[in-house]
Amino acid sequence: MKKLINAPDTVVTDALAGVAAAHPSLVVDVENKVILRAGGPRPGKVGLVSGGGSGHEPLHGGFVGYGMLDAACPGEVFTSPVPDQVLLATRAVSAGAGVLQVVKNYTGDVLNFQMAAELAGDEGIEVASVIVNDDVAVEDSLYTAGRRGVGATVLVEKIAGALAEEDADLTAVAAVAREVNDRSRSFGVALTSCTTPAAGKPTFELGGSEIELGIGIHGEPGRHRGPMRSARELAAVALDAIAADIPLDGELLVMVNGMGGTPLLELYVMYNEVASCIRARGGRIARNLVGNYITSLEMQGFSVTVCGLTDTLTRLWDAPVDTPALRWGR
Amino acid sequence: MDTAVFRAWIGSAAAVIEANRDHLTQLDAAIGDADHGINLARGFAAVTAALDGADGADGTAGSRPATPGAVLTLTGSTLISTVGGASGPLYGVAFRRAGKALGAAATVDLPLLGEALEAALAGVQQLGAAREGDKTMVDALAPATRAFGKAIGDGAATADALSALAEAAAAGAAATISMQARKGRASYLGPRSVGHEDPGAASTALILTALRDVVAR
Repeated sequence: MKKLINAPDTVVTDALAGVAAAHPSLVVDVENKVILRAGGPRPGKVGLVSGGGSGHEPLHGGFVGYGMLDAACPGEVFTSPVPDQVLLATRAVSAGAGVLQVVKNYTGDVLNFQMAAELAGDEGIEVASVIVNDDVAVEDSLYTAGRRGVGATVLVEKIAGALAEEDADLTAVAAVAREVNDRSRSFGVALTSCTTPAAGKPTFELGGSEIELGIGIHGEPGRHRGPMRSARELAAVALDAIAADIPLDGELLVMVNGMGGTPLLELYVMYNEVASCIRARGGRIARNLVGNYITSLEMQGFSVTVCGLTDTLTRLWDAPVDTPALRWGR
Repeated sequence: MDTAVFRAWIGSAAAVIEANRDHLTQLDAAIGDADHGINLARGFAAVTAALDGADGADGTAGSRPATPGAVLTLTGSTLISTVGGASGPLYGVAFRRAGKALGAAATVDLPLLGEALEAALAGVQQLGAAREGDKTMVDALAPATRAFGKAIGDGAATADALSALAEAAAAGAAATISMQARKGRASYLGPRSVGHEDPGAASTALILTALRDVVAR
């Protein structure tokens, strides 16, 4: 294993120390693994807390700042944070208007956030949760843990964060977060596996010309394996899967996301194919995002997220945001 | 079985989990995300320190628990605070419920231990919503709890009842190999989850076997 680390045990805290050093706009509690906005919460504003395993950077810590999250709780690599972290973050961002948890639908994340919400509730903090579950690769049935939360998490955090910045109440912020989730779907493809520092070897093995279709973001294998094919064909596979679930017409927000080890050159090739595919199906990409926003360590691959916009969602997407990983309008 | 036995059990469980750290992680790599052994080993190392009176992860002053119930409750709380993932809350709730069921008793007889196991199982199923056959830790814990209850009903001696517990847990874990996962991360794989032992069921069997071995010593 070749990685830019000091030791597998300290990779998360070493990275958090780096985040603290690089971003004076953030306050990082390295020991307890909580990232907060500097300056504390603004009275009367709903606090937004998210978190999850490390290894998906910039998610979630890179999205802490004006117009987006108030706090992020990074767990160990690919492991959800513990309730203590989430409780600390919830207390820190509580400013009298309640706290919204943005939780990706993984059993571990859901359980740990649920425990923290109960503890915070016992302390008199009003907590609402939105569970993000946009991954069309997983069948939402009695036979699975339900769809995974993937790319839509970025959109939910941006749009709910914008509404919270306008001093909307907790009910409204939670409602817009759920609306974004309901209107979004994602599909991911891996060209390579990834290696967690603690494991030291790839999570799964892929042959030289094999790819995994329908992956999540933790290096877990996908729904099926197939031969490598062109960007055009892969765009069609991803959008077919998404179109089976939501209409691809009207005004759309489209994110083409890299999994961590994909050159931007290739992501733009993918975006071009995704855009022509959507045009051919009658959709109009009103807003887009191309880059590495929710990653899986050094995995090569991409995910596509499509969200059906409304005028309100477009306005909130365009609202000013100032975080380490997403910044415009301010 | 007194406080010393329960301390020895948890200490032995910690050692067994550490020894099987890579094995559990390998099982998880096949159908999950390759961290089960790593996370549980980290959690049980913290439990060992907590049982020795170390200060809590949240800064609270430590003290050595004085009853079997307090040993299990502290074990559960520490796992919740240090493991993460799904297994942190699930094991944490299991040990906390078991500890609560033991109450303030200074010694634990077989029926009381049976009640603690029932409470642990109920806690895990309530939190994780898993049933038998879903390919989870429930597939080890449920048959083990049943076998233990049956052994007590049949008038088994302590060592035999604990053997029944451990053997049913191990058989339950082995039986998960042919199951298709319906809960947790492995469920995303659908039919591809068949043919692999569930890591949570495997670690549950290790922990329950450690109890048998400690008492048999």
